[in-house]
Amino acid sequence: MKNEFKIISNLLPSQSRVLDVGCGDGTLIQALINEKNIDARGIELGKNNVKECISKGLSVIEGNAETELGQFPDKAFNFVILSQTLQAFYQPENVLDQLLRISHRVIVSIPNFGYWQIRAKLLFFGKMPLTKSLPYSWYDTPNLHMCSIKDFYQFCEKKKIKIDRVIGINGEKTSSIHRANLEIKNLLSEVGIFLVS
Amino acid sequence: MDYKIENTNQIIVTKPLELDCGQTIKDFPIAYETYGELNEKKNNAILIFHALTGDQFVSGNNPITNKEGWWTTTVGPGKAVDTNKYFIICANVLGGCMGSFGPKSINKEKNEPYGLNFPVITIKDMVRAQETLLEQLGIKKLLSVLGGSMGGMQLLQFCALYPEKTFSAIPIAATASHNAQQIALNELARQAIMSDPLWNKGNYYQDSKIPKNGLAVARMAAHITYMSDKGLQEKFGRKLQEKKDYEFTFDADFQIESYLRHQGKVFVERFDANSYLYISRAMDYFDLAKQFKSGLSGAFQNHKTKFLIVSFSSDWLYPTKNSKEIVIALNASGANVAFAEIKTDRGHDSFLLDESEFLKTIKGFLDSNFEIFKNEK
Repeated sequence: MKNEFKIISNLLPSQSRVLDVGCGDGTLIQALINEKNIDARGIELGKNNVKECISKGLSVIEGNAETELGQFPDKAFNFVILSQTLQAFYQPENVLDQLLRISHRVIVSIPNFGYWQIRAKLLFFGKMPLTKSLPYSWYDTPNLHMCSIKDFYQFCEKKKIKIDRVIGINGEKTSSIHRANLEIKNLLSEVGIFLVS
Repeated sequence: MDYKIENTNQIIVTKPLELDCGQTIKDFPIAYETYGELNEKKNNAILIFHALTGDQFVSGNNPITNKEGWWTTTVGPGKAVDTNKYFIICANVLGGCMGSFGPKSINKEKNEPYGLNFPVITIKDMVRAQETLLEQLGIKKLLSVLGGSMGGMQLLQFCALYPEKTFSAIPIAATASHNAQQIALNELARQAIMSDPLWNKGNYYQDSKIPKNGLAVARMAAHITYMSDKGLQEKFGRKLQEKKDYEFTFDADFQIESYLRHQGKVFVERFDANSYLYISRAMDYFDLAKQFKSGLSGAFQNHKTKFLIVSFSSDWLYPTKNSKEIVIALNASGANVAFAEIKTDRGHDSFLLDESEFLKTIKGFLDSNFEIFKNEK
């Protein structure tokens, strides 16, 4: 399981109710159920992923989080997870509002556009950057709304969304991010994980 | 037909059953079949609910038609619902014509078939009758319930009535209530039957002149709704039936005409016209949301059952929209639900066909839930 999933898993108390939005092939959900006895569900757009999840016995529904989160009642979950998907929505702000409505707390991870390698590639080569966490060419990327850790941090402050924790990932290393080290961590982290409520 | 319907496995339900229409019935037969072996812990049982014109003969040879059981693609040794592993139960619905209590049954007081004197039954009545069967077989909790189309309606009703009696549930190409179009299509079929003079207000059993033509037309109309536009076009298109050009008559020039006529013809051999009226009526009356104050989500409040909802992309009779309504209600009530739409051109009938993606999905769901259910006890 990738490092990001391990960090997310550590943020979740056992026996909580969790929804993984854009759960892919269900790797994280499966781990949460097996290792932490978490009541984990998923919603996923890709048909093959959905069938794979269901074949593993996971409670995953085929659907589009952009339009179909309305069906969940207020505070139906303790946590919802949105792993590196926020930037792919047409209206990420609306999606985030829905996530905050249906869950007590929300874990959002973002591929950091402020990461130094990305900045350097754009600066020195003058081309859209390709990296491990952003492997798409400009013409076939699903990512419509890229942002940096700093962007998302400030966005939460502006929207009065409470930031409980921010964790930066750089390779195998992780570090805690707060107001004081935001500039440097925004440069050094490839992925940012936000726990908000 | 050598095989007599009287020879089917059946239980006699002695406990009085008060029907939704207000009448009470008792001492009536429910015919059923089982496949596979019930294990010692009795935790491998699956109840299958059949659709409008289905019967209890799910798999293997149907002794009445001498053809394969209606769900042999899915149920059998080594199949997605593996009878080497699971114990499968299927009962003929109340109102049916394959050995369960229905309009063709003899009214002992008058010594003649009930015909239209048979009480109007509902999906709920069917389900309550089948629950008695589970009791007699000594099964407290099923591993799963499966049902496509009207089978899915019975399944939803079963889960709403007896949330503790099944660990998981797989409604397929189902709906929680008929909309105007679905009622209209059933009414078309009923009118076809009732306008056949031989139907004779349901009184046709004595001189064995059954309303074949009406029933065949009903089946032809229904059969169209089970297939998709694209599926029909690919299979038949404008192809002619064993001829080079039009014959300028009203015989079956087109293959599709010949196909539908054949479907109608074989259907009347095995199905009772009055049963068609009664069962299609039960489908139209079904409205699960109406039974609960808080609507459809009230049907599943505080349920632990694990649901897998399946729909087919080209099904226009019970479209994905209908399945999604069920998913939404389940999510609103906090139930445990999985949902997949299977991409196919084969329409509503896809669940009866060899659809590999569909079969793989339900096999995986059943097998993994069996592991969880086994360890739960």
